[in-house]
Amino acid sequence: MQEKNKEQRVLIDGSRLIIESMARAGADTFIGYPITPANALYAYASQRLPIMLPAPDEITTLQWMSGLAITGKVPVTATSFPGLALMVESINMAYMMELPMVIVLVQRLGPATGTATCGAQGDLLLLKGMISGGHPVPVLATSDFEDCWKLSEQAVNMAVNLRTPVVLLTSKEEVMTQKSFNFNRLEEVKKVERKFFDKDCAYKTYGTDGLVPDFLPVNQNEHQVRFNASTHDQYGLLQHSSEDALNNTRRLEEKVNENIEHYTFYYYDPQKGAEELVVSYGISSAAAIDAVAGMRKQGKKVSLLIPKTLVPVPKVYKEIIEKYQKTIFAEENINNQLGQLIFGVEKPGNIRFVGGLGKMITPEEIIKEVAK
Amino acid sequence: MSTQFLNTASLPYCKGCGHDLIAKQSVKALENSGVSALDIIMVTDIGCHGIIDKCMNTHTVHGLHGRSSALGAGISFGLENPGKKVIVFIGDGGATIGLQHIMEAARLNLNMTVVLHNNMLYGMTGGQTSGLTPQGFATTTSYEGNPLSGYDICALAHTAGASFTCRAIGVGDISDKFENAFKTKGFSMVEIVEICPSYGVKLNPKRKITEIVESSGRTIGEWRNERPAYKLTQGKKTDDLLKKVSTIEEDYSHSLKDPISVVLSGSAGEGVQLAAAMLSKTAIRSGLDVTQKGSYPVTVGVGFSTAELNFSPEKINFHGINVPDVAIITSQDGLQHNVKRINKMQKGVLYIDSSLEVPETGAQVIQYDFRGVGAKNAALTSIIFFAIKSEIINAKAILKTIEDEAMDKKVPVGKIKQALDM
Repeated sequence: MQEKNKEQRVLIDGSRLIIESMARAGADTFIGYPITPANALYAYASQRLPIMLPAPDEITTLQWMSGLAITGKVPVTATSFPGLALMVESINMAYMMELPMVIVLVQRLGPATGTATCGAQGDLLLLKGMISGGHPVPVLATSDFEDCWKLSEQAVNMAVNLRTPVVLLTSKEEVMTQKSFNFNRLEEVKKVERKFFDKDCAYKTYGTDGLVPDFLPVNQNEHQVRFNASTHDQYGLLQHSSEDALNNTRRLEEKVNENIEHYTFYYYDPQKGAEELVVSYGISSAAAIDAVAGMRKQGKKVSLLIPKTLVPVPKVYKEIIEKYQKTIFAEENINNQLGQLIFGVEKPGNIRFVGGLGKMITPEEIIKEVAK
Repeated sequence: MSTQFLNTASLPYCKGCGHDLIAKQSVKALENSGVSALDIIMVTDIGCHGIIDKCMNTHTVHGLHGRSSALGAGISFGLENPGKKVIVFIGDGGATIGLQHIMEAARLNLNMTVVLHNNMLYGMTGGQTSGLTPQGFATTTSYEGNPLSGYDICALAHTAGASFTCRAIGVGDISDKFENAFKTKGFSMVEIVEICPSYGVKLNPKRKITEIVESSGRTIGEWRNERPAYKLTQGKKTDDLLKKVSTIEEDYSHSLKDPISVVLSGSAGEGVQLAAAMLSKTAIRSGLDVTQKGSYPVTVGVGFSTAELNFSPEKINFHGINVPDVAIITSQDGLQHNVKRINKMQKGVLYIDSSLEVPETGAQVIQYDFRGVGAKNAALTSIIFFAIKSEIINAKAILKTIEDEAMDKKVPVGKIKQALDM
């Protein structure tokens, strides 16, 4: 981060940073449905984004967003698990239609309605498996206010440039807690350059020599556009299982997997001679930072990894983890979702886990597990 | 044979299906209206009618089952060209599962037309009963006739506020119905009642559509609401959310050497969160790093109101508080909400209103009449008292923050100062 001479200190929450960053990055529409703990995002968006519409439910939210995306807008919404659950079929639709949009998911304690005002990190595996077929919807997870700013920009950028829904994963404490912050720590947000198809040849909604087809909204009369949520060919025409159509479905997976290297964000703080690595993301990463700092102060050598791009999982995380004799995951659930995501069923014996349910993981809990 | 709107004369429907008539009559109405194919965004639902999109020269959007009215609504919101038209093709099954979407579009009176292919059952999935199946009409899931009554969807859409609603029988030239709908400013819906040749005809031999409609109490006709069409209007917006946050200059100092956690708790409506914000901002202007979060019941206007605060001369990362270093309790609600963590305090300070029973604690206890200047000022009084006693920050800096935030017009600062001998 670039530090300027004069500090601009404020008391601020992460929700404000997320919405302002997305607006600067090119998001122009917010569709809202109230849900705790995502309401501050809704409130800020209503003040900031050129279009804000109150939807009657979360299915409608995603459908309206999709319709607006079809007209060339870049829509955003914010929700928590119960809302996300209603959105899932429509997120599949937007994914299949290849529509840019960002869903800010503010995690709270589940299952079901759970506890609306209690934070959690329990939705990662749901996000990983959200698309029928197992194809990846990109997920970026904020771990601090700088991430609220930077990753929000990148989420909009990725949604537009990869023509896909993107999830910005946060949790209650991250977006509702007020903190002192220095505005000068914020880097400039660049507005995403929106390029629509402008070639002389005929337009095919899903035709591309690469992995991301050119986008063209329906509010023009030069080319016919065919969006389709069913299995379709490169023209957007419904197919049962033609080769062209199945290749198109394969491309959806490849499009995200092949491009994730451009959107791989993580913080890695290795310590020379360390045999142990602490891995944490989201709200728990603050405890991990304090734990690592505390242990180092006591002379203990330990490294830290904070993954921020979570889906698809960049290979680099496993490569880093394999350098250490012991890795301690810290995340606020009771099943080590990130560990499962990285290792599947073959979680090595040297992987340890500090979990939490209904309360934030403390630095002391992490230190205790490292010391075992 | 290709025409302006259709790329084939042979539509993909069963022989005798009313969907064929609806598609061709819709196209006839469009041709008569003088629009071009790419002025039209055809949104199709899931169902037999939905496979029409491959035959259309319009823009086409093929969505999910039942959601096409909402998807079409989203497109309608985003269209800035008033010459463009959203037409949604949906069946009675889609209208059943997506009933709210039709009502929502009608309520808002969005510029779009829903063409409802009502063949009174789910055709694509095998002839099951839908929400629009009339009572007595036989389906593959009610061979003896539907025991339930169906929705009168035209009445619902009209009541919801649709500019134009129409029900017609799917026989003969019905293009004028579509013309009336397409030229409507606002939301329009045309319900065409037809019989599925694969299921409806076979299961209901000798029954005529007109008789079915009449026996179910439905009316053929047109209904209008004289209402303006939806227009996207937005309230005043800011061009920068960050500009709305006032920056805090460091103009005071602090005496804090190590991080400290503070729980401030009282009753809802007694200014706890406001007092916490004043304390936080004062800590920032004194050079401290701060975190502040609120905790209160789901019904925010009753019960406890708690603020959890951390202050540190260094950057704060982890901000969770289990057992605080300082607890400031101004009411019984606040005490009840925090009594367990106060019990666990082995050190630190408990500042507690003198009207309350002091709980078991290892903390130093300081009692004071925080509520003396009125319950609504108890929290503010308590944080100033805390500043005076702890000397971590200057109590006068809190008063300056109150003044800077123009809160001195709303709270009796003079009385609080007097009570605290300031």
